[in-house]
Amino acid sequence: MKKTLVILTRNPLSLIGLLLVATVVLSAIFADFIVPFPDHQGAVVDFVNFNKPPEWPYIFGTDLVGRDLFTRIIYAYRISLALGLVVLAIAVPIGVAIGLFAGYLGGWTEYVLMRVTDVFLSIPPLVLAMSVMGLLEPTLTNGMIAVTAMWWPWYTRLVYNLARSEKEEGYVLAAEIIGASRLHIMFREILPNCVPSILTKMTLDFGFVILIASSLSFLGLGVQPPTPDLGSMVAEGAKYLPDSWWLTVFPGLAILVAVFGFNLIGDALREILGVEEQ
Amino acid sequence: MPFVRLLAKRLGTSLIVLIGVSLLIFAIARVIPGDPARIALGPNATADAVAALRDKLHLNDPFLAQYGYFLADLLRGNLGTSLYTNRPVVDDIAQFLPATMELVIVAGIMMVALGLPLGILSARYRGTFIDHAIRLVTLLGVSAPSFVWAVILMLLFAYFLPIFPIAGRLSDSLTIPPHTGFLLIDTLVAGNPGAFIDAVKHLILPAFALALSGIGQAARLVRSNMVETYQKPYIEMAEAYGFPEKRIARRYAFRPSLIPSLTIIGLDFAAMLGNAFLVEAVYAWPGLSRYGVAVILRKDLNAIVGTVLIISAVFLIVNLIVDLMVSIINPRIRLSQRVS
Repeated sequence: MKKTLVILTRNPLSLIGLLLVATVVLSAIFADFIVPFPDHQGAVVDFVNFNKPPEWPYIFGTDLVGRDLFTRIIYAYRISLALGLVVLAIAVPIGVAIGLFAGYLGGWTEYVLMRVTDVFLSIPPLVLAMSVMGLLEPTLTNGMIAVTAMWWPWYTRLVYNLARSEKEEGYVLAAEIIGASRLHIMFREILPNCVPSILTKMTLDFGFVILIASSLSFLGLGVQPPTPDLGSMVAEGAKYLPDSWWLTVFPGLAILVAVFGFNLIGDALREILGVEEQ
Repeated sequence: MPFVRLLAKRLGTSLIVLIGVSLLIFAIARVIPGDPARIALGPNATADAVAALRDKLHLNDPFLAQYGYFLADLLRGNLGTSLYTNRPVVDDIAQFLPATMELVIVAGIMMVALGLPLGILSARYRGTFIDHAIRLVTLLGVSAPSFVWAVILMLLFAYFLPIFPIAGRLSDSLTIPPHTGFLLIDTLVAGNPGAFIDAVKHLILPAFALALSGIGQAARLVRSNMVETYQKPYIEMAEAYGFPEKRIARRYAFRPSLIPSLTIIGLDFAAMLGNAFLVEAVYAWPGLSRYGVAVILRKDLNAIVGTVLIISAVFLIVNLIVDLMVSIINPRIRLSQRVS
């Protein structure tokens, strides 16, 4: 683990990735101390300073009701990151467990579990999340449910394929011969060997969860105003192109920076841990 | 006849999955809070009217019976009536789907036409400046949602440098009699090359915005698969024999690398069907997006179920085609017909 971190800081690209992610995460955690206008995260109106292009003290400009965009972007990061954490914390264990059962047990278990997974994988991810989100009420919690519902099958697929090849390995056979239980073999023998792949995918997915969540709110199916959200900021600003370009460009770049950072790290991890691209 | 048997087997699996999708969507649509009959009639309807509609929609029957009615209707090509447009859902989808499909197909072609060569270049010049540049650009491509690229491309190439039109599928001055709904085909059928060029110009920005992440994904996959293939002994043998580098790249390294990439390209195509919603919103593209979002916000159940079902069916057909293509390229799959 420590060795991996050291290697990450040596490669210039992954070092940039680490710096980007660290900046995003730290600014989200310490948002209250960094932003110039902490109260602008909520429903504040300042008609004297509305729709201002970037200028001091509004480095990213202000929106149509005079709120500082920089402030709102930092607070939006906070919500995106929280959402990413919760989604992965729920989706990964579910997906991994199903993948292990299907891959190791085989037979009918495999057939049924993998067809169910196929069903979820056959609905385009965004469409599935949209339907769940639309049928429930658009709130942060429901957003997490919607994104989780579309995320677990990808881990099932990943772990299923890994488990199928791992179970042919000698160490699994050895464990079977000494009479280890199936659960022990799945979770104590096979699972640890899948960890590098799972970790790499999680790093990449952290960025992609942010991306999908912003897509949902871009369509008006995400976090509702006045809570700041990168996707809905872009959607709102797109109505005022090209004159008020800062309304869309800065939130859009904010998404790009965060996701790019996670991707750079994930990419480097893949190379260090020798994980194949999925 | 291994090929026919493979086709039959894959068709069977796709059908099972499609039934599963319909069951899932139907279940989601039924468990949500709110009475569909009440939503349909509005808050001013009498309790009697609501009860009558509930009866007519079979809402008082058990869940599986309701699903049975739904399937029976579906087999007759009836997806019910949209509460939003008051028209049969099938007609609505038939009207909006071609515009979306045209966009997605052109984006898909861009993804393959640009993604594969970039991946091959990157692998052939592994570790050089070309490789690093391509990897950086493709990583940027997958790092932003398509609506962000759509907005940035629009700002750069429609406003700042006015090369392309800002929105829509065709300039207002042009009218083309609809035959297929695919403007690229309809304009040619109408014998109007000017309108064809106009339609192409309208397509380029949205299709490219939609394709960008797919291009990145495809290039990265082809690269990593090809790098792996390059380490195989038979490549070393080909090099030892002094085969030209181009021939090695094309005949020995590319083909086996394409197989794992193709499957993922199929999945990327599915993602595009969803992401088309985002791009259509930016470019005011008259496709399924506006309809889809509108019916979702109005909880128009029939329309939601219909839209998701059609999109999933399109996706399954694409995957079936991809599977068959893979089996043609890879004789091992064709002959052993293992389901993976």
